Amino acid sequence: MERIPILKMGEFLLVTIQVDMHDRLALTLQDDLTASIVKYRSRGVLIDISALEMVDSFIGRMLGTIASMATLLDASTVVVGMQPSVAITLVELGLPLRGIRTALDVEKGMLTLHSLLAVNGESGDDGH
Amino acid sequence: MTVISSESLEIRSSEDIVTVRQAVRKKSVTLGFGLVDQTKVVTASSELARNTLDYGGGGTVRLEILENDRKSGLRLIFEDKGPGIPDIERALSDGFTTGSGMGLGLGGAKRLSHDFEIISKPGEGTRVSIVRWK
Amino acid sequence: MAKTGNKLAEVLTSRESDITSQWLELQAKSWKNISASEQLETARKSRQFMESLKLAARDGKIENVSGPQWEPVRELLAEVSASRAKAGYTPIETASFVFSLKEALFNILREEIVDDPAALAESIWQATTFIDKLGLFTMDSFQKSREDIISRQQQELLELSTPVVRLWENVLALPLIGTLDSARTQIVMQNLLDAIVATRSDYAIIDITGVPVVDTLVAQHLLKTVAAARLMGADCMISGIRPQIAQTIIHLGVDLSGVTTKATLSDAFAVALRRSGYTIVKDAKGAKNGREEKQTSAGAN
Repeated sequence: MERIPILKMGEFLLVTIQVDMHDRLALTLQDDLTASIVKYRSRGVLIDISALEMVDSFIGRMLGTIASMATLLDASTVVVGMQPSVAITLVELGLPLRGIRTALDVEKGMLTLHSLLAVNGESGDDGH
Repeated sequence: MTVISSESLEIRSSEDIVTVRQAVRKKSVTLGFGLVDQTKVVTASSELARNTLDYGGGGTVRLEILENDRKSGLRLIFEDKGPGIPDIERALSDGFTTGSGMGLGLGGAKRLSHDFEIISKPGEGTRVSIVRWK
Repeated sequence: MAKTGNKLAEVLTSRESDITSQWLELQAKSWKNISASEQLETARKSRQFMESLKLAARDGKIENVSGPQWEPVRELLAEVSASRAKAGYTPIETASFVFSLKEALFNILREEIVDDPAALAESIWQATTFIDKLGLFTMDSFQKSREDIISRQQQELLELSTPVVRLWENVLALPLIGTLDSARTQIVMQNLLDAIVATRSDYAIIDITGVPVVDTLVAQHLLKTVAAARLMGADCMISGIRPQIAQTIIHLGVDLSGVTTKATLSDAFAVALRRSGYTIVKDAKGAKNGREEKQTSAGAN
């Protein structure tokens, strides 16, 4: 069965969504991610959607679910790489995307995750 | 207004939703829609296809290219023989849902389209038609 | 009926050059401010018209100007309408191209059909009918051409009037001038988001000093734009909030609580710089050098 690969990057996980997702794939991703967060004790998840040419309410729900589950497991989620036409459509669609932080790309996403951890008073890398 | 081409697709599984999206994308590219317009109509079609599947028990979508001497557009007609929607006004206002989830399908699709029509009666199924003009 | 139908077509063929020259004379009466080259062009179009008309009358039904044999005539009229619409002619000036043909045609018909009043009446009736239909067709084409021109100009105006300015490495500004309707909002959002991607900016400032009216719809459009920029990872602020605008926003109950708002663009810029980690320091020596530079360049002019 096809799965979306999850990459470990230090204390963070990186997921790159590159296919037009159908339901089963999305549910599998949710399961895999939660398992990985626990396994690697990750503090943050980066979801790269730069290849997605469309985000509908189903995918929006999936992102929201992932963010909520990650929060329960003490990890932050940042969605990166949204295409401008997707952003404009989402805003028109009225999708609230509550609790989901966004950044322009993976690099800025990492910076965001780092600063989120620093704000929370704990960070592996800069030794607070 | 002339219908210059028409294509019908079945919506019976979640893979079909992907097929519908891809077909709508292709048609909107053929019509010469800009990227934002393409994304809007593809997203609207995804919402409505999902509704047809999840609440309508499956159905069909007809993709029509419309033309008159002033403008051209893409019309999508989603039909199912499901339970129908008892309170359309409520369904169109956001947050309505009979199942879990955000329930934005109908209202969202309307916001993303230029023209929107819905006929639905309990026990008689649902027919939603949206148009995006170039 | 067939006889007189042919009679009109016959006259159009046998007296073509006379009709044409009379028609041109009549048209010339309204050529007050028309250049020589335009006059030549109109004369040429008139001759082409008569040529196509002669054939259409002969081959097609004289009453049915939407039929296929009349296609060349309609095409020519559409061309004339389009070029006149572009050149700024009035609708009447444009339609007179066709209507002025009546008088010329009637004169020649009276000359040709002398001792058959019924036939003359029939021919004149047919002539007036088809000329009226063609005249209306000309008006319709003119209208359409004008609408096309207007919508193209609107589009150009929309695109020109929403530039995105890069204030600093990390900060974009969008000074909005004029009204913000939904069509303009789409352009604004596209320009802004494309600029965010291209410059990788973390901050954007929408300045509404030049927006005269902020009602619920405008506020919604602004909030949409802010939300879209946020989805691209940029923090979007709104500046240029005049006192009256502030009052209106409160009255309308618009929720701007999630958005940083400032009275002036410079205030917003200062915030963006600070959040980006920049500090602005005033340095006395630098100021002295600046004043001297200013004097030197003023003196050189």
